[in-house]
Order: sequence, then structure tokens, then C-alpha cells
Amino acid sequence: MTNVIVRHISKSFGKVKAVNELSLAINDGEFVVLLGPSGAGKTTTLRLISGLEHPDEGSISIGIRDVTRDPPGTRDIAFVFQQYSLYPHLSVYDNLAFPLRSPVRRVPELTIRKRVEQTAELLHISNKLNNPATRLSGGEMQRVAIGRALVRDPAIYLMDEPLSSLDAKLRAELRLELKRIQAELGATILYVTHDQVEAMTMASRIGVIKEGKLLQIGTPRDIYEYPIDNYVAGRLGMPPINFISADVIPEVPVPPGTHTVGIRTEHLQLGKVNGAGLVGRVRRIEHLGDQNHVHLEYRDQMLLTLADPHQPLAAGQEVAVKLVSPLYFDAAGRRIAASVH
Amino acid sequence: MAQIRVENLHKSFDQFAAVHDSNFTIENGTFFALLGPSGCGKTTTLRMIAGLELPSSGRILLDDEDVTFRRAAQRDIAFVFQLFALYPHMNVEQNIGFPLKCQGLPRNEVRRQVREIARLLRIENLLPSKTSKLSGGDRQRVALGRAIVRRPKAFLMDEPLGSLDTEFRHLMCDELRELHDRIDATTVYVTHDQLEAMSMADRIAVMNAGRIEQIGTPQEVYDQPASMFVADFIGSPPMNFLPFEAALQPGDRAIKVGDVSVAVPEIREQRAAGPLVLGVRPEHISFSDVARLRGRVFGTEYLGTTQIVTVDMESGRVKARLPSNALVQPGETVGVTFKSDCLALFDARTGWAVRTMNCGGNGHD
Repeated sequence: MTNVIVRHISKSFGKVKAVNELSLAINDGEFVVLLGPSGAGKTTTLRLISGLEHPDEGSISIGIRDVTRDPPGTRDIAFVFQQYSLYPHLSVYDNLAFPLRSPVRRVPELTIRKRVEQTAELLHISNKLNNPATRLSGGEMQRVAIGRALVRDPAIYLMDEPLSSLDAKLRAELRLELKRIQAELGATILYVTHDQVEAMTMASRIGVIKEGKLLQIGTPRDIYEYPIDNYVAGRLGMPPINFISADVIPEVPVPPGTHTVGIRTEHLQLGKVNGAGLVGRVRRIEHLGDQNHVHLEYRDQMLLTLADPHQPLAAGQEVAVKLVSPLYFDAAGRRIAASVH
Repeated sequence: MAQIRVENLHKSFDQFAAVHDSNFTIENGTFFALLGPSGCGKTTTLRMIAGLELPSSGRILLDDEDVTFRRAAQRDIAFVFQLFALYPHMNVEQNIGFPLKCQGLPRNEVRRQVREIARLLRIENLLPSKTSKLSGGDRQRVALGRAIVRRPKAFLMDEPLGSLDTEFRHLMCDELRELHDRIDATTVYVTHDQLEAMSMADRIAVMNAGRIEQIGTPQEVYDQPASMFVADFIGSPPMNFLPFEAALQPGDRAIKVGDVSVAVPEIREQRAAGPLVLGVRPEHISFSDVARLRGRVFGTEYLGTTQIVTVDMESGRVKARLPSNALVQPGETVGVTFKSDCLALFDARTGWAVRTMNCGGNGHD
């Protein structure tokens, strides 16, 4: 069952085309993450779906209903913003209950109590229900903000970088929690972020967005292993993928039309120099603890890869470099499928 | 370039001790990182070295010369704050040359030195540009140029990359380190980002609540953390902690977590029975059907090359880093084994490490 369908929507602000002919279908129970840099049109897309903005062209349906011209309040959505905005004069309980107490909804107080308590349990903030909203840590406040969306049971939750204001540790914790909650509730979520780790770890499908256009959508594994072009390939992966011109490595067989070769850590094997093959020189090694970042120089091109920290490598040393099924791109940057082995 | 020595440095603000009795020596040409959470005293330490803050007690020596009460301007040190502070009405050449102009150098000499620095930073083509037209990275290079141009004895940097987004930060880390290698300047770098410290520094001082808990190379602080604080602060995900109770004897090679025996590096000290903690890095965990330690998979996080698998065990939750081709499903029960020679042990009450023949240490491997 499809929950939300966006068809060819565009939106301009003055001369800037923020969203350009974007189409997207989000299935029931899916966690879709739109990934892109700031200014890519992610937030505008969310605001168009929520009804906070109206598209210049295209249509949006939620469930079976076309909502393109409907006001936000009638769309059956819940929005979580980047900056948690709680009512400071209310307790955590009343903050969570607030969306259910809206006069349009008329939910009985007993039902409200049940929903709030369930949600608080899900978010591990049951013991904070009586606290004033201001007497919480940043992470707790953000949980309450997310909880305020979760007490309702909308067709879709729209989330705009809800974790970006938190520190690294808390972000890692909430990432995992959010994914668990989503799975437990079977909720449908459209989430936007510029953080590739959030996208990779939480999404059922990632949509990579650039300059208002959706370039590719697929499972994290699909996007990572089969990127449509060099831009998408560069968005995912730490350390980032290396690109070198095919001219630099004429001895490596590549599919016809290859202009650039994309090399990720797992496409690169380092070994002892034994005469044959490519020989690179180690320029520098960064000890990152669990892994070493090795900066390799090969015919004036720099390659960055990971190596086991206990592998004996030193700056200045020559190493044999072997490529194992790297990615190939044509002159326009589009990926060329490697011939089947 | 210079050696920086800090002796019994102490700083209190009213009742609050921001820095407790710090001692360290930064050798000539070293890239030294002060790493810790906000409020740990790292910036205060840096400001005392710079001369922007007077210590309550202790000494600071620059090349064996006591500069504790010397004013900032007389220390021959360059302080780099947020790297983006440029003079907007000047072009790149004027921005870089400004400190020399202030020293009253002749115009030709300023010009010559600015060109040399621009060549070093590979921004010669930008010299006539307006600073407002520059990209973030170029602005940062210009600001660096302005700091370097005086050829000071040392550079002090306070979270210079803090305002950049993650991916760009990694690029700038590489550049900063390369620049350091080219000019070989003593650098003290303050950050709360462990990855920045790990990727750039020769030595790291990890600070917590005004105290330095450990000083060492990135590999040392990672492989042989002196305390639970250090073990938790460095690494992503951080080290896993599993509590247990035991008495220890020198020569012991195993402990018990629950009723399962776990091999550990040889113990090097005596301890009466008490609460202890076993520390395991995520990459030192693997799954095995026959392992006696069992757990239930809570979730997996795909990262491309690797994945993080969170497992709930009776003794606590652990995160394992596995190759991403290992297929693991949430809800599944798995057996867990540890790479025994890389484990760490801590006193649960004080947080300090128990002495062992640890991985990487004592001529091991």
C-alpha cells in the first residue's frame, strides 16, 4: 500500500528553483530519508508535503486523497522540526498531550492518558512526565519533541533533521532508538538530513537529492554499491570514494567508455611490491584507532584508504596496489555497469 | 620553532578550578592536541599558553624561558581562533600582509613574504581577490596565512574547524596536517572532536574536569586507555563496558563475566574483590555460534564498508563493528567472542585502568 505519492512537484522562490520536477512514492511503514547538502531542496520538499508551502506545479496525495491544495491541519501528517520547540510553561505530560487536546480532535482524556504513557515508555522518558519541559537535557527535550509527533497516528511523519542539534553521542543513541520505534509502530516516515550516517543507518530507502532534483532512490546498500553517478558515489562512504582518471591507469582493464574509476576502501588491496602491477607510495598514515587512514600517492594522484592499524606500513614506503571490482564512470559522470564476471 | 613546557599549571575562577596541576612538554615541531568535552579546561589551558589568561599558579616555559607573566604580544605565538575572521575591506594579499605591516616592515619585504606564504598555501592566484568572494576553504587558508606570515614560534588553535560541516572538516584536517608537515611548526590544537585529534595530532592530551587523564600518541590513547573516560571519549562507537566482580592476581589470564570465562591480557597487579569493568572495542567483537556468551541482536546500522551491530547481553549492551557482508537480523540470538589480547580492564569505582599486558604494549605485536 502506498501512503504518500508526490508527482512532478516544482517550487521556485524568485529565480531559485528549490524543487525541480520531483516525484516520490512512500510506502506504508517505510522509513525514507532524503539526503543532500544544505540548499538541495530537502526542507522545501517536506514543507510542500506538509502544506506549509504550495507547489507551483505537480500534485501530492496522502492515502487516496489529493491534498495538493489542502491546508496543513487537514492533511493527517505530523511534523518534527530541527529545533525542538516545547511549551516551556507546560509539563512533559502536557506537552505530549497537547496535539491530542486540539479542539478539532476531541479525544477523551482517558485515551489521551493512555497514548501519552505509551509514547513516554517508547521514548524512555516515563519518569520525566511530571517535569517542567525546561528541566530536561537536550536529548530529553528532543525526545519529547519527537514524542509529540508520535502520540498521534498520522499517515506520515515528516522529520527535518531532528537530531542535528544534538551532540555526537546522543545522536548515535537516538538514531538507533528512532529506528526501533519506527519498526515497532510500523510508522511511515519521511526524514531529511545532510548526514550520510543517519541516512545509511536508519533508512529503508535513501533518496539522494541535489539542486532540487531527486537523483536516485534505493536501499542504502543499493545506493552505496550501485550509485547512478559520481555525485551519488561521493555522497556515501567514509572515507569518501577516490576518483582517478582512467588514463592514469592504462594497465587496468576497464569497460569501454570509462573515463573515471571510482575506488572505495574495499576496492583497494595493498601488498608487498613484487614487480608486477601498480606501485604506489605511502605519503602519510593517520591513526584513527580502529583503522588507519592511508594516504597513497600514485602517479601524482592521491588515494585515501583504510588499513588495519597493526599492518606494518610507514610513510615513504612503496606498496603494490590492486584494484578489486571498482566502479566505472563515463565522461558525463554516469556509472557504467562492470561486465559480469 | 619552539618547545613548550607547562609546569604545575593551575587556574581557578572563584571557587571553580578550571585547570588542576597540569604538567606536559610539547617538543619542537610536534602537533599536540588538547582533547575533551566542553568545560574540561582545554581552552583555558590554551589561553594561558597564549598569555590571554594568567594562571593561578604554575609556570609556562617557551624554549626554557619563563613566559608565565609575559604579555601575549611578547610571546611570539600566533593564536588562531575561528579561522574565518578576515578583514572584509581588504583583499587577500592585504589580509595576509597585515601583521607584517603592523610590525612596520618595508612594503617590498611585506610583499615578498606574503608571496612566499601564498605559495606555501597554494593560494597565489587568489592574492588580488576580495575576501567576500572566497569559498569557505579558501577563506580558511587565507586566515591561516595571516597567522603563519609572522613565522611565530608556535601556533595555538582553538577549534578552528568547529563551524564547518562534517565532510569539509575532514578535508581541512588533511590540509592542516600537510601544512604542519611543510612548515614543521609546534602546534597546540584544542578540540572536542576525537576524530580531528586522532587524525592530525602526534600526541593527544585527553582532559576531563580540569585534569589531564592521559597523554600519548593517538594509537596509545586508543589501544591503552588510562581510564574509562578516555576509553569512552575516543572511538566511534566508543569502547563497550561490561561490569563484573572479581579479585585479581598478577599472572591471571581470565575473568568471569556472569558464569562465562573470558580470556584477558595477563594481569599485572593485585586487587581485592570488588567491582570491575571489562572494556571491549567494537572491532574486537566477533560472532560465533559456539560462543558461550550469548546476546540478542537489537539493531544493525549499515555503513558501507562496515556495519555496527548492537547486541543486548545479560551483562549489558555492546556494539560490534563487523564487515557489512555479514548477514545479521534484529531479534536473532548470537554468540559473542572477544579478541582477548586487546581487552582492557578498569576499576569500576575510580574509572582507572587495571595494569595488564595490553594489546600493542610491552613489546607485544
